[in-house]
Amino acid sequence: MSTEATTAIGDKIRCDACPVMCYIKPGAAGACDRYANHDGQLVRVDPHVVLERTVEHGGRLVPFQIGEDWDGKIVRQPDVFVTAIGAGTTYPDYKPAPFIVSSKIDGVDMVTVVTEGIFSYCGVKVKIDTDRHLGPETATVRADGEAVGHVTTGEYGSQMLSLGGVHHLTGGSKKEGRVTCDTLMDLSNCKPVELAIDGGATVVVQAGRPPIVNSVMEERMRVGCGSATIGMFAKQWHGKVDEVVVVDDHITGVLSEHQAGKLLDIADTGIKMKGRRSTPGRYFQVAEPGTGWGGTNISDPLSVLGPFNPKEARPGLTMLMVSTTGEHAAYYVLDEALRPIETEMPSDLRFSVERIQENCEPALCTVLFMGGAGGSLRAGVTDNPVRLTRSVKDALTRVTSGGAPVYVWPGGGITFMVDVTQMPAGAFGYVPTPALVAPIEFTMRLSDYAALGGHMDYVRPLSSIQDSAEFRPMLIPGRRP
Amino acid sequence: MKRLPQIAFLPDGKRLHLQDGPIDLIVEAKGRTHASRAAYDAAATRFTGLLDELCEELAELRRAAQPSHCALKGVVARRMYAAVAPFAAECFITPMAAVAGSVAEEILDAMLDAASLDRAYVNNGGDIALHLAEGEHLTVGLMDRPDRSGVMRTMVIGTDDPIRGIATSGRYGRSFSLGIADAVTVLARTASMADAAATIIANAVDLPGHPGVVRRPANELQPDTDLGARLVTRDVAALTESEIEQALEAGADCARRLLGAGLIESAALLLQSEATMVRAGDVRSRVHHDRRLEEIQA
Repeated sequence: MSTEATTAIGDKIRCDACPVMCYIKPGAAGACDRYANHDGQLVRVDPHVVLERTVEHGGRLVPFQIGEDWDGKIVRQPDVFVTAIGAGTTYPDYKPAPFIVSSKIDGVDMVTVVTEGIFSYCGVKVKIDTDRHLGPETATVRADGEAVGHVTTGEYGSQMLSLGGVHHLTGGSKKEGRVTCDTLMDLSNCKPVELAIDGGATVVVQAGRPPIVNSVMEERMRVGCGSATIGMFAKQWHGKVDEVVVVDDHITGVLSEHQAGKLLDIADTGIKMKGRRSTPGRYFQVAEPGTGWGGTNISDPLSVLGPFNPKEARPGLTMLMVSTTGEHAAYYVLDEALRPIETEMPSDLRFSVERIQENCEPALCTVLFMGGAGGSLRAGVTDNPVRLTRSVKDALTRVTSGGAPVYVWPGGGITFMVDVTQMPAGAFGYVPTPALVAPIEFTMRLSDYAALGGHMDYVRPLSSIQDSAEFRPMLIPGRRP
Repeated sequence: MKRLPQIAFLPDGKRLHLQDGPIDLIVEAKGRTHASRAAYDAAATRFTGLLDELCEELAELRRAAQPSHCALKGVVARRMYAAVAPFAAECFITPMAAVAGSVAEEILDAMLDAASLDRAYVNNGGDIALHLAEGEHLTVGLMDRPDRSGVMRTMVIGTDDPIRGIATSGRYGRSFSLGIADAVTVLARTASMADAAATIIANAVDLPGHPGVVRRPANELQPDTDLGARLVTRDVAALTESEIEQALEAGADCARRLLGAGLIESAALLLQSEATMVRAGDVRSRVHHDRRLEEIQA
């Protein structure tokens, strides 16, 4: 008798995998949460779901048993790097860090101090590849209605958000702290988070994925600013069209006036741009920032033009208008009254628009976790905490987070940033303080560790960790690309 | 062909995992090597066939318990009944409300019959039966959000405490709740008593008629549920502080009555990041997470 046979009763099915014999409705699971009704079929859900999620997240599939790949345990041989995930921590750190591990790397005794830090002082820096206007600089960024950070500087082809930090985590209301903590943890664990910007857009941010601005997924990062686009494509346009305008909220480029057009002897066209001219063929502020063409607020590109100058313009003159991503493009021919009339785009120009698109990199959100290792965490590593800081500054001690490389800020303290997509899945946790729990590892020569006042009595050889019960099995798919 | 449960050690080689249908147990026995070996053998032996035993009386187990009459025969089924009987006169409850704790207790008893152990526990999806020999203790972590990592507080249970059962109920659990608590954790003399009481207290944490609480008939979700068409909580909107307080107070009131009747030793009630503790000795101690943590960090 098959143990997975079922009897259909209306839309319900009856599972006979075990004597409970659950009736299961479509889309629901039985009492065990292991068997479910999927379109009238009894399916087993537990191992497969785990596998699918791993594939979905672009993770590496690894065997459950010890093998060449990550085996799901904290410690891995050979040339193992011990990560702090799951190491546990205490606060304040009057006790030595949970794992102080020694191993030989290149014949030198190395010590890795592995701990999980509770970071009340932490945040994330988010880079969103889009030219669309997400909100004015310093505007408040909200999650669940609570202020969790602000819009900071616009950078090349991207908008930056600065979220979290001590003021939102502990300085505001209790709910603000809790929502901030949840937001930081979800972003750091590469989960999607919806953020609403005061006076701006709503954006769904997920590390390593394209941003979704006002329900529209951003596909491409722009190829360059409007002026740069003119420079890159001027030769390809030469002879095929009389005028090209690359609409860009930052710098709109005009082919006939641009240095690149001048070099190709492109004739004046009598075009009249709105906005403020910076240098020939380069215009600032042709429109307001927005989510339309090239990060402006316009949907009709002609709105950035004034009337053509009849001294230079002529009926039949052709013009291409295109955005910096090639996402928007239109082709015009001037009529007898010198008004641009939209006309079907010739195929060679369409090809140049596609070429712009092709040269745009995929738009992504990147999330850097930023945290500071405070006095008490350092005390878990050494009796004389400031020596750890100095050792890090002197590059004798390497700092990593979940095994991922970090950037340590110059200046005081050990304040670091790490790309969360380089860390194993689920690396971040939280405590209700509210604060985030993040892994942090310090690796140094055993002799250097002794010199900086390390807890030498607690140093354990790598092999002892591997056999220990403190070594927790975790389903970690390994590094995410 | 006889269906056999899954019996295997976890990767740490120290804890035994037993699974059959909806029953999922993590078992640990500490003692001399031969004693824990014997205890694990006893656990596996007792576990085999236990689900079939329960399912023979499943229809009766899913019916409302009568306050003074038990028609059940199986030893685990009768333990389930005994755990819910004190509540049967006042409200609707079926023996199923104590199934997890009763199974945990049964396996632990089988282990202790077979061997003398220093410390042992049987964890049935969060409902835990434990054994502590003289001088032993167990640290228990309470989580406020089962979908997140992070422990809200820890408690240490020693030999002298009367507590040998721990259970948690609430709307994030695997079974339905009539109330809105995120979690109610109960410490009691036995796991089956803790299990039944956690269900009752979690049901009492409620805001009847509140528009932000989405409820659905249980049998629309699970056709053969023991709750029939009773409305179970599916979603709870963000509540104001005073609403949270009101709901927690209703649950705490229930918990205090159970404490007074000697049915529980203590309870922790959690709702939207607020917690209330009820325990012997202090009538009521309200714990704000961050205030408590500030004290620790100060």
